[in-house]
Amino acid sequence: MTCKYELYEPAWCPGCGNYMIRTALKMALEELEIKPHEVVIVSGIGQAAKMPHYISVNGFNGLHGRAIPPAIGVKMANKELHVIVESGDGDTYGEGGNHFIHGIRRNIDIAHFVHNNQIYGLTKGQASPTTAMGQITTLQFDGVKVEPLNPLALALTMGAGFVARGFSGDIPHLVALMKEAIKYKGYALVDILQPCVVWNRVNTFSWYKNRVYHLPESYDYTNKEEAMKKALEFGDRIPIGVIYKEEKETYLDRFDFIKNGPPLVDVELNPLDAEKLLEEFR
Amino acid sequence: MDYTILVGGAAGQGLDTFANIMEKIIKRCGYHVFTYRDYMSRVRGGHNFVQIRFSDKEIYSFKDKLDLILALNKESYILHKERLKADGVIISHEELDEERHIKLPIDEIKKKIKNHKVLNTVGMGVILKYFGLPLNTGREVLESVIRKKYIEDNIIALTEGYNLIESKYELPVEKDEKIIINGNNALALGAIAAGCKLYCGYPMTPSTSLLTYISSKSNEMGIVVDQVEDEIAALNMALGASYAGVRAMTASSGGGFALMVEALSFAGILEVPIVIVNAQRVGPATGMATRTEQSDLRFVIHAGHGEFPRMVIALRDPEDAFYQTARAFNIADKYQIPVIILTDLYLADYSKTIKPFDYNRISIKRYIDREVKGKYKKYEITDSGISKRIIPGKIEGQIVIGDSHEHDEYGHITEDPDLRTEMVLKRMRKLEGLKEELEEPWLIGDKEPEYLIVCWGSTYGAVKEAVDRLNEEGISVGALVFGDIWPFPTKQLMNIGEKAKAIIDVEQNATAQLDSIIREETPFEADYKILKFNGRPFNGDEVYNRIKSIFNEK
Ligand SMILES: Cc1ncc(C[n+]2csc(CCOP(=O)(O)OP(=O)(O)O)c2C)c(N)n1
Ligand code: SF4
Ligand SMILES: [Mg+2]
Repeated sequence: MTCKYELYEPAWCPGCGNYMIRTALKMALEELEIKPHEVVIVSGIGQAAKMPHYISVNGFNGLHGRAIPPAIGVKMANKELHVIVESGDGDTYGEGGNHFIHGIRRNIDIAHFVHNNQIYGLTKGQASPTTAMGQITTLQFDGVKVEPLNPLALALTMGAGFVARGFSGDIPHLVALMKEAIKYKGYALVDILQPCVVWNRVNTFSWYKNRVYHLPESYDYTNKEEAMKKALEFGDRIPIGVIYKEEKETYLDRFDFIKNGPPLVDVELNPLDAEKLLEEFR
Repeated sequence: MDYTILVGGAAGQGLDTFANIMEKIIKRCGYHVFTYRDYMSRVRGGHNFVQIRFSDKEIYSFKDKLDLILALNKESYILHKERLKADGVIISHEELDEERHIKLPIDEIKKKIKNHKVLNTVGMGVILKYFGLPLNTGREVLESVIRKKYIEDNIIALTEGYNLIESKYELPVEKDEKIIINGNNALALGAIAAGCKLYCGYPMTPSTSLLTYISSKSNEMGIVVDQVEDEIAALNMALGASYAGVRAMTASSGGGFALMVEALSFAGILEVPIVIVNAQRVGPATGMATRTEQSDLRFVIHAGHGEFPRMVIALRDPEDAFYQTARAFNIADKYQIPVIILTDLYLADYSKTIKPFDYNRISIKRYIDREVKGKYKKYEITDSGISKRIIPGKIEGQIVIGDSHEHDEYGHITEDPDLRTEMVLKRMRKLEGLKEELEEPWLIGDKEPEYLIVCWGSTYGAVKEAVDRLNEEGISVGALVFGDIWPFPTKQLMNIGEKAKAIIDVEQNATAQLDSIIREETPFEADYKILKFNGRPFNGDEVYNRIKSIFNEK
């Protein structure tokens, strides 16, 4: 069996940044030599979240905002699977904000690729939690009146061990980031800037292109204070790359029987094994 | 013989521990025990009480009349003295203006015991002696359940209590082969026996004790227990785990179940097996957190947008809780549907002596395929509506796509009108098979009764005692007690309902929800309704009295 991934015809708009993200994802998985049946992509609802339908992997296309809980469930059930969450900015930081925060606290081994187009694409252009203050949208006629959420800074304060930013317009860089995130033992957040050519007329391809810059070789991604500065840098210049990385114990390593045992899905079930529990009721 | 002991006090006075030990001591003396717990939703203060009833015959409910009150405070005496039998006794350290009072010389006893936290154990000694039960059994139980450093003080307290009074009864000791267990622990044991490997939940009374119990067995049994951020996460997480091949369960009470509703609908279209427990309490909204009700029946039957098959099983007693929960996992796996287990606060908390569970009766059937020909179709359209199930990652070259959109046979999004129609019909066809294996309600009392009682879930015990008493009086009464309740099994009811003179509906809700289902699914309807929704459970006495008053009115 090869590690080649098939692609299926997407329903995305021509020119959408999602195409690039999919290309990068396919390259990352192939270069890591992971077989399609060993990967599960879990997603919510939105343009980004359609990913599992467009590439030949196991897919769990769940509810809007609810990608992280089932992804955790999948990984707990079978630690051998590579679990990837693909979701939009609305999906992750809006509807699913609570799961995002608490998912980080667990540090379970999942790579999370957020397609951040700073807009609700699928539902036609309403503000997302990352849309800039004042931006006019199809719903916010006099401009957005709430402050945007900074996902990287939030992830850092929650103690995330892998925090990165990518850009859909820089595929080689994105492939490298994705590979690193997939290999990382723990929860890895990659916030991927992605133009939505239809609904976000502010954060266009060139808007991002003119601002993003690679973090220099000399950048120390183990320094949390520096990382926080980089996470907060979102204006004329936007750094891309691994902003913060640290080795941490993962969630499943805290369960001895998972750490040292077979994947839960492979455990033989026998009711008689549980009979001993009756003793305390005698 | 049939005696009831009431122990009353404030929250924080150790009633729960007292009851857990006392009921076990009496059980070990060979008796049938039924312990009813009445708690307020507070951590300190207020008034809580526990009623421990015991008999040499099997008992199914609690009693109104009391033989002994152990009052840990004065309020317990004032609130319950009316229910004390004329020849009953009240034990308390308080000053009470009461002939039946045995005063505990607490100051003297305090001098003899270092740790004053064990003073309740003095009461245990008094109770044992009062009934003429052996001190030794008390000692044995204490030694087996109390932490080592507290054992000595407890034994002193027990013995002090034992030596305080003369016995009123000399009850014999019989061989004990039973267990004593409450509904939630029995449910948890059923889930564990069935091989549940992931349990996630968010604390909410009365489901919390499931979470706590399973968590306490997590390492021993290799079960992941996750206290999730909310109930939305709970069901979605359990679905992810089930998709990946393990048996998973989540539980909450009505409010938390409400948060799961979107994911319940998702489970319907995802076609991944799942077991969800709704341990009902008083609603709407926060309602009364520590009070019981059966008002979520209609809710769980209809919860979820769109149309999809599901099964609802109502638990009737702790024994039923064990076997039905284990069965729920097999049904969920077979049909790849959500199975909802309905229990309630009363059943969750009351404990009862029963035969130890027979683990040989539990079978685990997964319905998982280890190979497929051609490209796997998660949603293959079949006559039974059931598609082959494979586990992601287990067959090289095969992928599994689960989807919340309407989808084609592979799981990819579709808006095709014909395919959509086919998919709805495929899912709904599962009900045909499911209906064939429904369990008919239990029929108790007269097999061809003139008066037919219908009830469901935890009211079983109260109805059973009422029916037995009425039958003894020569009244032709029988009851159908529904466990499987959705899809609604109609065979028994169709047979018996036809011949009955009148149908009496007994439910713990205001709107007679079972009766409304009967009207929907059969030609019958209840002639009389015995409803209760004040947050307190029915007991046998009350159901008996209310049925009698129907007869008297006529
Ligand atoms: C519970 C629920 N609320 C709302 C929706 C409608 N909805 C679907 S996707 C979406 C927002 C999508 O935005 P984002 O997550 O940023 O994804 P994008 O389409 O931009 O990739 C909304 C509001 C839904 N499907 N479910
Ligand atoms: S609406 Fe925007 S995000 Fe969605 S496919 Fe079109 S361009 Fe992409
Ligand atoms: Mg978006």
